[in-house]
Amino acid sequence: MFEEPDKIGPGKNVEGTEMRYRDAFNQALRDELNNDKNVLIIGEDISGGFDKKTKEPLDAWGGPFAATKGLVQDFGKDRIVDAPISEAGFVGAAIGAALTGLRPVVDLMYFDFTTVAFDQLLSNAAKSRYMFGGQTKVPLTLFARSGGGTGHAAQHSSAFYSILAHIPGLKVVTPSDPYSVKGLLSAAIRDDDPVFVVNDKKLINLKGFVPNETYQIPLGKGRYLSKGSDITLVGMSYTSVVCMEAAKELKKLNIYAEVIDLLSLSPLDEDIILESVQKTNRIVIVDEDNPRASMASEVAAIVSDKAFDYLDAPVKRVTAPHTPVPYSKGLEDAFLPNSQDVIGTVKVIMGA
Amino acid sequence: MKIENKLEWIYETLNRIRFFEEAMLEQTYKGNSMGVTHPSDGQEAVPTGICAHLTEKDWIGSTHRGHGHCIAKGLETKKMMAEIMGKFTGNCKGKGGSMHIADFSKGMLGANAIVGASIPLAVGAALTAKYQGKEKDSIGVAFFGDGASSQGVLHESMNLASIWKLPVIFACENNQYAEATPAWYAVSIDDIADRAASYNIPGVIVDGMDVFAVYDAAEQAVKRAREGKGPTLLELKTYRYHGHFHADQPEKYRTSEEENSWKKRDCIINFEKRVIKQKLIDKKRLDAIKKKIQKEIEDAVEFGLSSPLPPEETLYEDVYVNYSNDLRGFR
Repeated sequence: MFEEPDKIGPGKNVEGTEMRYRDAFNQALRDELNNDKNVLIIGEDISGGFDKKTKEPLDAWGGPFAATKGLVQDFGKDRIVDAPISEAGFVGAAIGAALTGLRPVVDLMYFDFTTVAFDQLLSNAAKSRYMFGGQTKVPLTLFARSGGGTGHAAQHSSAFYSILAHIPGLKVVTPSDPYSVKGLLSAAIRDDDPVFVVNDKKLINLKGFVPNETYQIPLGKGRYLSKGSDITLVGMSYTSVVCMEAAKELKKLNIYAEVIDLLSLSPLDEDIILESVQKTNRIVIVDEDNPRASMASEVAAIVSDKAFDYLDAPVKRVTAPHTPVPYSKGLEDAFLPNSQDVIGTVKVIMGA
Repeated sequence: MKIENKLEWIYETLNRIRFFEEAMLEQTYKGNSMGVTHPSDGQEAVPTGICAHLTEKDWIGSTHRGHGHCIAKGLETKKMMAEIMGKFTGNCKGKGGSMHIADFSKGMLGANAIVGASIPLAVGAALTAKYQGKEKDSIGVAFFGDGASSQGVLHESMNLASIWKLPVIFACENNQYAEATPAWYAVSIDDIADRAASYNIPGVIVDGMDVFAVYDAAEQAVKRAREGKGPTLLELKTYRYHGHFHADQPEKYRTSEEENSWKKRDCIINFEKRVIKQKLIDKKRLDAIKKKIQKEIEDAVEFGLSSPLPPEETLYEDVYVNYSNDLRGFR
């Protein structure tokens, strides 16, 4: 399907291994802890319990979703800082630490918990540099697990990354495979602005090739996952996987889809979207977020504004409905945009 | 340090805050301030008595009523006045205004207009200090009011600072009112200092109108923080002479008897009485200091008035350190 590998990718003849997304995530944390002594990780349960007698961490869990597995043993509890359940407090403290010289990385566990710390994110992390006239910076990284499909129901399954992308001063990235999570997490931690790294739960055990070396994917750059001439499919986070599934099926119908993985929602790679749609003249944006004021709406607006003359069909969106995420399996399946939804929409605008 | 060695600095600072607030209000009424201002006159003893123990390496977090904290932490009054006037020469280049004055070179993490929101920032600064092994030289002080004492983030911050044993002081300026709402109505206990018990840290009630009392209480709390023994909650009982903000009419919710009873305990007048009585500084010297500060504030106003406004292109600057998209909207 690839004519040639995208600029963002491991390239040829690179030493690496097949590994799960979660392992690539862990490796990036390890790399950055080794790279800079000012990097520390703060979050609930990240050292997985404590021995009552010795008071030492146990790492019984390896942290939520095993992201921090083994880190407390190797880097100690001063750098792997287990926090009580007080998101506003420890996100605020992380911002204070970032303002005074450290590079904190915060594990917020489930993406939904972001809202508990939302004032600190919006009023302090995002605005400090601006409202203080550029005299400071906030080199803070946050990550959390988003998305439905795992039976976690309404308060553990949200994917409202559009809310974060709306905020001036914050950056938002949505890695979609082991390669991109390693490169984006590393870039986020080295970035001098606050960056939120959104991890879809459905990606956690996804396997893929990951170079051994440390590397950074530039924030604000999307990538082509496949090249095609008939239609552009835009994915982000897990919907990039959905788009690729759809593209494979569409190929059987002789419809050649170009798949763009946004990777970064803020800043957003408008150029890659416009470049593709100017070639294919049709576009479908696939988003697991709720549809109102979403990234799907944003990309649709950009295309309508800047590539209107190239369009042969209406800009289409495939999104979650305007509902919370339901629990019962059948309902949850119906909530999530899947490859059949994408194919159906493509067929409509292709007249196929 | 013995307070005798700090007396002139204390008197200067008390007066600098008082004159600044009075001049700031005058400029606000004249329309030279570009927005809302929250005067802190009456409360001068609190930031002065605490910051007397701090250096530029220590960090403070502040509130919407933050001019006193800024001045006590060593920020230049002319830049502050310019900031309030929305001028490019202000601490924040005119982007922050009265409620966001900051100076990171002086260890001032910013005035903060979300009640309670700067408290965890001071905890974070203390975390940095402990992480870098610099507790002796760098502690965090979170200033907040009786209103913020009911915010969840204060309680989260006190719990975090306690379990992580961070070098931080929670300085609650109980000025009796959150906007127009009295503390006797909004706070569940008589003394906010008692809330420290829940977090296994000392809670100390302090006469916030008496700079000597504040100085002594802060000395203990600062010592404890620098020695790695963890946080302290100070409740400093004080009073703001003006309303919540420049146009507020506090006589609608406070009695003149109440106001006068606090004004009798004015920190500047009582400082003067005490140092003259104890022959620590003579009246002539006090007058000279007062005159010097008065002139400084007059100059600050002049500096603010004569400063340029920020160029329009700065609207788009300093949102990020770097960002690859155009920040202008659509029009």
